[in-house]
Amino acid sequence: MGQADGQEPSGQELSRGEMTGAKALWATLANHGITTVFGYPGGAIMPVYDALTFYPEVRHVLTRHEQGAAHAAEGWAKATGEIGVCLATSGPGATNLVTGLADAMMDSVPLLAITGNVARHLMGTDAFQEADITGITLPITKHNYVVRDVEELPQIIAEAIRIARAGRPGPVLVDIPKDVQLAAYAGAIPSPHARPEIPAPSDESIERALELLRSAKKPVIMAGGGSLDAAAEITALARAWDIPVITTLMGLGAFPASDPLWLGMPGMHGSVAANRAISEADVLMGIGLRFDDRVTGRVGGFAPNASIIHIELDAAEIGKIIRTHVPVRGDAKVAAVKLTEGALKGVWPDWTAQLQEWKDRNETPDHWGAGYAVKAVVDRLTPDDILSSDVGQHQMLAAQLARFEKPRRWLNSGGLGTMGFGFPAAIGAGMAEPGVRSVVIAGDGGFQMTAQELATLKMYDIRNVKICIINNSFLGMVRQWQEMFHGKRYSEVWLGDSNPDFLKLADAYDVPGYRASSAEELPGAIDAWLADPKSALLEVVVPHEHGVFPMVPAGAALYEMIESDPRRAAELKAQLADAPMNEAPTSTAAEVNDA
Amino acid sequence: MTEPISYDQLLSILVRDEPRVLTRITALFGRRGYNIKSLSVGNTEHPGVSRMTIVVHGDRGVVEQAIRQLEKLHDVVKIIDHSLEKYVDRELVLVKVAITPESRVEVRQIAEDFRSRIVDVGRHALTFEVTGDEGKLTAFIEQMRPFGILETMRTGRIALTRGSNADIASHIYHGGESDTLRPALEGLEAREERARGVPNLF
Ligand SMILES: Cc1ncc(C[n+]2csc(CCOP(=O)(O)OP(=O)(O)O)c2C)c(N)n1
Repeated sequence: MGQADGQEPSGQELSRGEMTGAKALWATLANHGITTVFGYPGGAIMPVYDALTFYPEVRHVLTRHEQGAAHAAEGWAKATGEIGVCLATSGPGATNLVTGLADAMMDSVPLLAITGNVARHLMGTDAFQEADITGITLPITKHNYVVRDVEELPQIIAEAIRIARAGRPGPVLVDIPKDVQLAAYAGAIPSPHARPEIPAPSDESIERALELLRSAKKPVIMAGGGSLDAAAEITALARAWDIPVITTLMGLGAFPASDPLWLGMPGMHGSVAANRAISEADVLMGIGLRFDDRVTGRVGGFAPNASIIHIELDAAEIGKIIRTHVPVRGDAKVAAVKLTEGALKGVWPDWTAQLQEWKDRNETPDHWGAGYAVKAVVDRLTPDDILSSDVGQHQMLAAQLARFEKPRRWLNSGGLGTMGFGFPAAIGAGMAEPGVRSVVIAGDGGFQMTAQELATLKMYDIRNVKICIINNSFLGMVRQWQEMFHGKRYSEVWLGDSNPDFLKLADAYDVPGYRASSAEELPGAIDAWLADPKSALLEVVVPHEHGVFPMVPAGAALYEMIESDPRRAAELKAQLADAPMNEAPTSTAAEVNDA
Repeated sequence: MTEPISYDQLLSILVRDEPRVLTRITALFGRRGYNIKSLSVGNTEHPGVSRMTIVVHGDRGVVEQAIRQLEKLHDVVKIIDHSLEKYVDRELVLVKVAITPESRVEVRQIAEDFRSRIVDVGRHALTFEVTGDEGKLTAFIEQMRPFGILETMRTGRIALTRGSNADIASHIYHGGESDTLRPALEGLEAREERARGVPNLF
């Protein structure tokens, strides 16, 4: 019970006593079924932390950085589909939430952020630890509030929760001046608003979509993050029609990977089959997605032969990037059910056969390297396990190689690409579902952005978080771009000389550590790591200079993808596959500077 | 590919009268690179609701995207896209024109032709107030330009749809036809009601 531990007054009943703004905040959160919040205290939010001691029904998780609190709340929300809550003090505490809020905005995560602020009469005077956090977060929240009157506080919290969850979800921030937290509150504690109904798509739009599908010869479905809660309906739809399905980075799990109709992920590091299918399709039905540029490649070359059906809740996304022939605005679930009725089955055998041929081209990493290691780890996961990733090569490898059978088992920072996201998100998800294994794959770079959250594992004795660091001694993804597009000038991406001993780092927090440096060591290390009854860390030391392929270079069209690793081909030829692994990088920043 | 045609487009936006609303709206336009040509804001008959008229320059796609993004803002109660209906629009301009003893009469005569009022009389300048649509104001300024324009200030355009096709809900105009604002306004009223019942603690 974390925060409350050791703070219960001996022999004296806790009394909630006179209601204040701060107490009304907790009462409102509790009324809304909020059981856990992630946060970090400070001067301007002390009344809220004081009031917390009267509300043992809400668990507060003390992270070691507010960014960790925000990402943990996101992890909670992404895994459960429910709102995540994070808390910070004014000024620096509030600004430390900013990255998490921007991340939640991009990935449509329902998040409530509560910040303290200086007392109202000090606001706008550059008072100690004052920051205009509502101004700062204006473009990266769905909405935000400054509570100027204690009587409005509970209503605003209730409304903020409603807004965060309504329609296309997103983050909402409520900034509460310290004097408002302290002020007496005489009103009622609001109950949750009814969830606003999601509009159903119009019959006319469904009819037009059906018409287009019936005339298709090479249809394909592309499902995004907005389709996760309609996974069952979309699966039924695709199977009823025999339409192959692509799931975006955010949509992985919206369709079972074991189904032969699944083609993988599209875009920059998408599968050959997915990207070819998009380039050849005559009807592309996008569901719950926004045609991110990492998905489309060069827009002019995206799905050049296809009529586009776009099923999407957020009207602003329809036609924003890609011309849409049939906009279907509304609930993806309803749309999928309606489109399943009247399905034609198996009318495009050539198309399915062609796709299967492309699918077979996907390479499995068969030689030692980051891909090999990631595959070995994800192959050991069960459909119930939650897999988070950080950002970089390991993320793209995990997205390519993991096989998700269910939605909400894959958490990653898709829109913002936030290094440091993976580990705290895994903690949040692990706390939301304590009976489920919460695995995170991180790079040696990104892990260090939020590594201090090892303390959170220790403090709350969290036992189901399994950390895997793919250590290539580089900021790998940046290095790959430098290799391919910057003449191999490895500027400021070498970490090898300064990385900590990750096992010692874990040990400092009582987290058991395991290490593998070769294909031979890996299976044993994975077994021991997963079998450990505690949360544990596995470091996999991999060769420095591996690339992620397939790859669509920035600015190219999907059909211009580089299917396999050109370096690997050359390597095989030159029989260099067994070169010593710990050699220095080909060129370091030092050399570049010398040049 | 042919370039899409850009032109001035008129939007009315009814918003909750709360702090930062103007910032939210203009930030949205700014971030997405939509250029606001003019913006005017004022109260409506309904307490708690303000009305903005915005002129955006861009092609139809830009304006449609702007509308859809605006619709997502919690502060926005309603958006009226004037390109879809007939409307009246007006703008007010103050123009300070240099005069000499020789030009004085002629300047006054032009102003009279435009039904313009003199709002300030100086020894070397006259200040006129003109209202009208954009074309009229531009014509006025062009007529005055040869005499020497010292300063101008335009309010930006304001617009209303024509006739009984009321922009605002019936319970504001008592007996109109449209009720589209009601759900949003009810929430607003409830909050105002609560706020009124509360003594100010500080
Ligand atoms: C906060 C943040 N800073 C910088 C970047 C740019 N960036 C993207 S991937 C990457 C390298 C990640 O390196 P590492 O964590 O070691 O993972 P790897 O790519 O080697 O698997 C960087 C620096 C980012 N995405 N996020």
